[in-house]
Amino acid sequence: MKRVGLFITCVNDALYPETPKAVVQILERLGYEVDFPAAQTCCGQMHANSGYQEDARTLARSFEEVFGGYDAVVTPSGSCAAMVRDQYPHLTGSGLGARVHELSEFLLDVAGVEDVGARFPHRVTYHPTCHGTRALGLGDKPVRLLRAVRDIELVELPAADQCCGFGGTFALKNSEVSSAMLADKCRNAAATGAEYLAAADNSCLTHIGGGLTRAGGPRPVHYAEILASAA
Amino acid sequence: MSARKRGTAVPTSAAPASAVVPAASLIPADAPFPKAAKVALGMPQLRKNLAHATGTIRAKRAKVAGELDDWEHLRDSAAAIKADVQHRLPELAIEFERNAIAAGATVHWARDGAEANRIAVRIVREAGAEEVVKVKSMATQEIELNEYFEAQGLRAFETDLAELIVQLAEDRPSHILVPAIHYNRTEIRDIFDQRMGDAPAGLTDDPAALAEAARLHLRRRFLSAKVAVSGANFAVAETGSLVVVESEGNGRMCLTMPETLISIVGIEKLLPRFEDLEVFMQLLPRSSTGERMNPYTSVWTGSREGDGPRDVHVILLDNGRTRVLEDEVGRQALSCIRCSACLNVCPVYERTGGHAYGHVYPGPIGAILAPQLEPGRHDDLPYASSLCGACYEVCPVKIDIPEVLVHLRQQGPHAAGEQAAMGAAKAVMARPRLWRTALRAARLGSLPWRRKGFVRRLPWPGSRWTVSRDLPVPPKEDFRSWWKERQR
Repeated sequence: MKRVGLFITCVNDALYPETPKAVVQILERLGYEVDFPAAQTCCGQMHANSGYQEDARTLARSFEEVFGGYDAVVTPSGSCAAMVRDQYPHLTGSGLGARVHELSEFLLDVAGVEDVGARFPHRVTYHPTCHGTRALGLGDKPVRLLRAVRDIELVELPAADQCCGFGGTFALKNSEVSSAMLADKCRNAAATGAEYLAAADNSCLTHIGGGLTRAGGPRPVHYAEILASAA
Repeated sequence: MSARKRGTAVPTSAAPASAVVPAASLIPADAPFPKAAKVALGMPQLRKNLAHATGTIRAKRAKVAGELDDWEHLRDSAAAIKADVQHRLPELAIEFERNAIAAGATVHWARDGAEANRIAVRIVREAGAEEVVKVKSMATQEIELNEYFEAQGLRAFETDLAELIVQLAEDRPSHILVPAIHYNRTEIRDIFDQRMGDAPAGLTDDPAALAEAARLHLRRRFLSAKVAVSGANFAVAETGSLVVVESEGNGRMCLTMPETLISIVGIEKLLPRFEDLEVFMQLLPRSSTGERMNPYTSVWTGSREGDGPRDVHVILLDNGRTRVLEDEVGRQALSCIRCSACLNVCPVYERTGGHAYGHVYPGPIGAILAPQLEPGRHDDLPYASSLCGACYEVCPVKIDIPEVLVHLRQQGPHAAGEQAAMGAAKAVMARPRLWRTALRAARLGSLPWRRKGFVRRLPWPGSRWTVSRDLPVPPKEDFRSWWKERQR
């Protein structure tokens, strides 16, 4: 199986072209043929987690139509992969989740590659996003890939396992609590003295980065972009 | 508040005490969660106390849970036992009743809190008493037994140290296991000093001195009480036994010294077999206090001549539980053993404390239990979570709290404006061409709000985002154009 479908996610579609570009570059470098089905939109997580099950089901069915024909789908989002894997079975009875891989899962578990040949001479700290870590069980997979990057200096993020306070619509509905959680995350990120804060989800990075531009601290970056940086 | 060294036992009684202000009185109990949370977030001492206390218990729990190789198997076993109980609750409740009666107990059934309170008051009056001593119990908090007793001219004295603090402060508990978690020891000293009545002169905030003051105060109560009221951590159907797990020995005093004992027990506390305790007694202390073993575990079965209370009553309490049982997803909330591990790891609870939840069960478990026990009254609580999943990870009985939160969110009600926005988003996302148009429109739409490369200030409801964070501006060239260009 050398052909993979790329699910870029709605957040990257709207705001972060560099992340899916990076995924394409990494996968092609490893000899995969990447296909981007243009009819893709959103996995439906926002609707599902906000209590709009029927809307989420509609979007889940569209996703299945778009990606049903692929043996493997790769996405640079732990949260969206978890949505398809954990919630689709309840929404549509779909087993497609088994074929949808977050990038680090695909690289380590399917492609069997830990060193993708990148070089990134910078000080980086890593935030393990909640859905990637707890729902998907990524463990240290993204960090293993980062450790193999040349000249990178990885520094530990204090209280890394604490949620950044994003939580989708939680950030709006409980804006004050969310902001308090964010303030702590930003303080911890700044304390590392890192140039970059990497994570496996650009939605969380939008939140943390949105705080860091005000508080000062590392620049947010999806770890895929680090892995894509040329040696 | 005066400056003083922490961790010393130097008498500091000369320090002027602040007047006791019950924390719960500052946080509007009936306000929606976001509003109440905002008030709590503005209380720096509260946040400091909470962060310190939850952080300490969190680390202890992680350490002792990590010591057991079969921790995950224990969790699976506990979840399976609780699921079994839920599947055959009626037969287990009747089995418990039969065995408890055979052992000399009197068993009562209470449909709701009001009925349980009436039964309890009747028993106290029949015993010729006007006051009772209490073992820490969430069920009696849930049914507001103390308040009912007071209205009936009876007095209920809490004997758990933290419950005593809360009762003296005329406050409400803010944590399931550590009801006074929102107070530090200086505040506790002030409460004892001003409210206890028999606090020793020159009382310091040294924890040992505070505990000694409470011990002396409580000893008089234990020795004079004719009736005790308790809950139970477990009710064993096979034997008709009740179990109370505690740390201070106050429970043992209450359960053994008075002549009459009234235990109010939620029906979900049933366990089929005595040996099921093997699983729960490993999980509960580690998950709650972060101890391998709790100091006092009391098990009693009916009454026995010359040993403990002669008149033993058990009030089996429903109070909404059978209705929760009807919901196949929501019913897992009934597996809860009230350990509080989910509170201690919750980033929301850590910052708001328990009072903001407006219910006796706060934190993640409260967010799924309160709206189910009192339908229509706590619709905002399922949203008091970022769905980070830390609660599910530590839950000793594997309640998938995020799953239940999402399930409860589906039941609504949803605000009209939100419904319209969600409907519109779905309509766009379900049509790829419309989606692409919307992305282009977003780029243009962000133009008036851009400042130095970011969207920094949006009108409501976007202001709820920009109050503390910027938004990136949509890119000039999106991925789709890049991809198209490349395919040529």
